Amino acid sequence: MIIPKLALRNLLGAGLRTWLNVVVLSLSFVLIIWLQGLYIGMGDQIKEAQIDVDYGGGQYWHESYDPYDPLTLEDAHGAVPDPIQNKIDKGEATPILIAQATIYPEGRLQVILLKGIDPAQTVVNFPSQFLVQENGEIPALIGTRMAKSAGLKIGDKVIVRWRDAQGTFDARDVYIAQIMKTIVPAVDQSQIWIPLETMRELMGMQNEASLVVMAKDIEELPVVSGWNFKSLKFLLADVEYLIKTKKTGGSIIYMFLLLLAMLAIFNTQVLSIFRRKKEMGSMMAMGFTRGKIIQLFTLEGAFHSVLAGIVAAIYGIPFLVWFAKKGWAMPEGYDDFGIALGEKLFPIYTAGLVFGTVMLILIVTTIVSFLPTRKIAKLKPTDALRGRLS
Amino acid sequence: MENSFLIKTKDLVKTYPVGHTTLFALNRVSLGFKPGEFAGLVGPSGSGKTTFLNIIGSLDSPTEGSAVVMGKNVEDLSHKQAAELRNRSIGFIFQTFNLLPVYTVYENVEFPLLLLNLPPKERKEKVMKALEWVRLADRAKSKPAQLSGGESQRVAVARAIVKKPSIILADEPTANLDAENSFNILDTMEELNHELNTTFIFATHDEKVIKYLRRKITLVDGKVTKDEVYEQKNSKGDI
Repeated sequence: MIIPKLALRNLLGAGLRTWLNVVVLSLSFVLIIWLQGLYIGMGDQIKEAQIDVDYGGGQYWHESYDPYDPLTLEDAHGAVPDPIQNKIDKGEATPILIAQATIYPEGRLQVILLKGIDPAQTVVNFPSQFLVQENGEIPALIGTRMAKSAGLKIGDKVIVRWRDAQGTFDARDVYIAQIMKTIVPAVDQSQIWIPLETMRELMGMQNEASLVVMAKDIEELPVVSGWNFKSLKFLLADVEYLIKTKKTGGSIIYMFLLLLAMLAIFNTQVLSIFRRKKEMGSMMAMGFTRGKIIQLFTLEGAFHSVLAGIVAAIYGIPFLVWFAKKGWAMPEGYDDFGIALGEKLFPIYTAGLVFGTVMLILIVTTIVSFLPTRKIAKLKPTDALRGRLS
Repeated sequence: MENSFLIKTKDLVKTYPVGHTTLFALNRVSLGFKPGEFAGLVGPSGSGKTTFLNIIGSLDSPTEGSAVVMGKNVEDLSHKQAAELRNRSIGFIFQTFNLLPVYTVYENVEFPLLLLNLPPKERKEKVMKALEWVRLADRAKSKPAQLSGGESQRVAVARAIVKKPSIILADEPTANLDAENSFNILDTMEELNHELNTTFIFATHDEKVIKYLRRKITLVDGKVTKDEVYEQKNSKGDI
């Protein structure tokens, strides 16, 4: 315990030099935790929203359905198999029918996806209740992004044209029953939702669907021919990749700060070893071995990260907690980013993140502190006492 | 008689390469020191005084010959064993004091005891006693930068004696001190030598120190040219 005690004593005794390094390093601590926490929070927020509104507990896709290939949509529908229909009947799943269509708002042509959903479904947190048909007209539900791009308001009527199961073009007026505000663009952009049964009837696709959304926490997932189950891991892969990319981009900022801190510590260590040779000589004369001096100087450097951790905790914890509560307001137009971002981002600081950051900085600081001390291994006591480095 | 020597060197040689030639810092030096001696190596700069102290202090090793300190041949000691010998048995006093600048007076004196793993209470007693010996107990919390040269050297003396070593090696201890401080330091060392029977070996060419010695060994070009022992105290120039 002598070496750590002496290392701390030396470090604190060095005064301003120590505190400058500590402050820079503490900024790295706070910035890493803040940025990574922001990305974790963003990832969780996006995933939660996607699951809540769109993905549920996973989806069965018709074997021809490929959301990235609009040309497949024409064939991407089929009768819902019995095992899945049983789940739908029990309220554990809801079918969605998708078809390509065009609308003509204010005389313009706009290609959209026409989607049919059961107005009574409770599987996903989607305002399908607005699609209850009360008169002969077809109610339609759109999102704010769609409303903005098409210039539609509640009560507006718009012509929708599609090709039915036989390939025949057909068209009807739909009226905008509700404009929903959702953070999930995947259920909003270029989409019009109408009642499922109406759509089936108009399309000539009785009992058919393009995909079936399963309720959360459904464990029994039947295997059915012609339909493929897509787990949340699959559905959220894009989100995970996005977050990973964001984290990598963000890490450049804090790596730069960390590099500055490490450079300062490395410089301090190199200077210490050159300037404190007599001190080392005195220590050797009093019975310190070279190994102990290396330990002492390495620990002195490594303790920068301990002090930085304490300093970071003093100002960082209040800041991070405040930020976690207040959130980060997204800029104007954030909903056009194409990802499910809320109006505010709320960072999440996990124990793993804090522990990982502490360990990262401690290990990097220790390595940086150790590297210059290797010169001490060659130091002769007599040269050290004269203030010379061998 | 052989066994009573605390330090014994035989045909000690230390050479350094200088360009294409070899410099003899010590040239067949054979000397013995008994417990309680107050001896000094005197001679001009470059005569080998410091080299001799470094070898018997196990800070350096001889090129040839042997140096046995406390029964151990310094050449045979590993780096760790040499450090152990210095820690337990040898105290050093340097011309430039070599105090640890960020430590207080108390912490500087405590430093050798930390390596001995003594309990805090015992450490405190020993440190305060050492500081009282050198009359600096009231400056325990001061930093070296706040001390005068004389006070700094007294701290160095306290640090050297705090573990009550058998041997204290003092290399030009008064070179950076004025006359008054030099005499104060030498009086203190002489008292300690009497009280604790610690062997003091100086390397000096300061006349003030030489007057205090009870044994004066003259080195010239790495060779012992004179080895004089005085029966009485050699201070105040009365011999």
